Amino acid sequence: MTAVADPAAATAQRPPVADHKPRRNLTPWILLLPGLLWLTVFFLLPILTSVSASVQTGNYDDGFKLTWHWANYGHAISDYGTQYWHSGLYSTLTTVLCLALGYPVAYFIAFKGGKWKSLLMALVIVPSFTSFLIRTIAWETILADQGPVVHVLRSAHILGLTDALGWTTGSHVINTPAAVVCGMVYNFLPFTILPLYTSLEKIDPRLLEAGSDLYCSTFTTWRRITLPLSMPGVVGGTLLTFIPAVGDYINAQLLGNPNTGVVGQKIEDLFLRQTSGYPVGSAISVVMMVGTLVLVMSYIRKAGTEDLL
Amino acid sequence: MTTLTTLPAAAAGAPAVRRRSPLSWAREHILLVVTVAIFVFMLLPNAVVLWMSFNQPVGKFNYVWNHFSTAAWANPCANPGMCHSIGLSLQIGAVATVVATVLGTMIAFAMVRHRFKARSGINALLFLPMAAPEVVMGATLAAMFFNTVGPGGLGFWTITIAHVMFCVSYVVVTVKARLAGMDPTLERAAQDLYATPFQTFMKVTLPLVAPGIAAAALLSFALSVDDYIITVFTAGNLETFPMYIWGSVQRAYPAQIDVIGSMMLLGTMAVIALSTVLGRVRAARR
Repeated sequence: MTAVADPAAATAQRPPVADHKPRRNLTPWILLLPGLLWLTVFFLLPILTSVSASVQTGNYDDGFKLTWHWANYGHAISDYGTQYWHSGLYSTLTTVLCLALGYPVAYFIAFKGGKWKSLLMALVIVPSFTSFLIRTIAWETILADQGPVVHVLRSAHILGLTDALGWTTGSHVINTPAAVVCGMVYNFLPFTILPLYTSLEKIDPRLLEAGSDLYCSTFTTWRRITLPLSMPGVVGGTLLTFIPAVGDYINAQLLGNPNTGVVGQKIEDLFLRQTSGYPVGSAISVVMMVGTLVLVMSYIRKAGTEDLL
Repeated sequence: MTTLTTLPAAAAGAPAVRRRSPLSWAREHILLVVTVAIFVFMLLPNAVVLWMSFNQPVGKFNYVWNHFSTAAWANPCANPGMCHSIGLSLQIGAVATVVATVLGTMIAFAMVRHRFKARSGINALLFLPMAAPEVVMGATLAAMFFNTVGPGGLGFWTITIAHVMFCVSYVVVTVKARLAGMDPTLERAAQDLYATPFQTFMKVTLPLVAPGIAAAALLSFALSVDDYIITVFTAGNLETFPMYIWGSVQRAYPAQIDVIGSMMLLGTMAVIALSTVLGRVRAARR
C-alpha cells in the first residue's frame, strides 16, 4: 500500500527560500484550507462523533439517541478481553519480526545495493500494487497441509514444537495463530523496510569505515554507529507497523480460525451486522484509540525521537 | 568491513587495496543469503497468484493446484458481479485520486514554500491518518455518517469521501519530497528573466514537480482501489472489488480472482519498466 509512508523523509525538507520577505501572506492558507478542512471534517470530527456515539443507545430501526449510557464502556472493556489480548500479542510479535526481517533487507539495499538499489526498492514496493487481499489469500495455498512448506516444517519436527506452544494445531499451519502472524508480517514488512531504508541511506559510509579503522568489529560498528544513526527509521518503522497492525483483522479473519479473534473483527461485527451494536463498537474504537495513543506516546518518549513528525 | 588489513598496507606504502578476511566475506554472504530469503518471502505470494491463475480448480475454492488451464484467463469476467465491482472500484479510485492529488499538492506547496505558524500541528494532522488503525478510521467515519446521512445514505460518495481523506497525507508526503529536492534557484532564474509568477509556475515549477505529482496520483489510486477496511464501513449496499474478494472467501474463490491479481502485478511491472525506459531515453538525449 504505502510506498512513500516514511515520516523520516517528511522531516528532510529544506528551509523555505530565503527571499520571501516577512509580509503578511495569505497564499499558504489558501493552499492549505481545502485539504485541512477535508481532514478536519472527515478525520477529526468523526473521532468526536464516535465519542458521542459511544454513549448512545438505540437500534437501526428506531434510531439512536444520546443517553449518556456509560455502560457501553463497561461492555467494551470487559467483554472483549481475549480480542484485546490477541490484537496486542499479534501486533507486538509482528512488529518485532518485521524489524528483525526488515533491518537486514534495508541494510543490504542501502549499503550493498549499488546500482541495484532502485530495482530492489521497487521489488519491495511493487507487490503492494496488486490487491493485498488476493496476496493474503495466496498464503492459503502456500501454507496448505499438502504443500511443500508444511512438509518441510513437519519433517524438521518444528510443527510438533509449535503445536505444543499452541501456535499451530494438529500439524496444520493454515487457520492457526502462526498463519495469522505470518500473514501480518508479510503484509506489514514493506512498512518497516521503507523508513529503515530512508534513514540507513542517509548514513555516510565513511563513518562505518572510520569505525572499522578504529578496530571495531562489524557488530560493534553496527551497534555503536549504524544502529543509533538509524533510530529514526527504527521508530518510524515500528510505528507504521504497530499502529496499523493493532487494528488489522484481515489476517486474523482470512488466515485464522474462530479462536484467533481480534478487536477489529468485533468492531466490524458490531457496526455492520448487529442492529444495536454500533454504540458499543464506537466505545471499543475509543478504547483502542486511547490505548494505542498512550502506548505510542510512551514509546516515542522512550525512544527519544520527538522530531518524528 | 575490514579489521586489521588496512593499517599494515598503508604503513608499507602500498596502494590502499582493501583485502577482506574470509570471515567478513562469509558475513557479507550471510547478509546476502538472509536478504534473498526475505525477498523470496515477500514475492512468493505474487508468484503463487500468477501460478494459481492457470489452475483448473477442483470444487469452489482455487487454493490447491489441480491442473493447468487457461480457462480463467480466456474468460476473466465469467463470475457475475466481479467485473462490476472492479468497475465500481476504478470509478471511486479515479474520483478520489483527482481530489486527493489536488488537495494534497496544494498542501505540499504551502508546507515547503511558505513559513507560517501551526506547522507542527498541521504536520501532526497529516501524519495521523497514515498511522491510525484503519478500523478506527472506518468505525469513526461510519459513526459520523450514521448520525448525519443515516445508514441508508451510505454509498458511492461516502466511500469516495473516505478514500480522499486517507489518500491526502500520502500525496502530501510524496509531493513534498519532490519539492524539497528541487533546486530553488531555477525559479529565481525564471523570475530574473521577467517571467510572471504564473509563467514561472507553469513553465518551471510544474514540469519539475510533475513526476512527484504523478507518483502521488498513482499511489492514491492504488490505495483507493485496494482498500477494504475503511470501504466496508462506508459502503452501505455497494460492493467494491476488495469487498467482492472478501465475500469470495465465504462463497467460492474462482481462479478469475487470481487472474485479476496477476493482471495488476503485470500492469504495475509494465508501468515501472516503461517509466525506466523513458527515463533512460530522456537521459540519453541530454
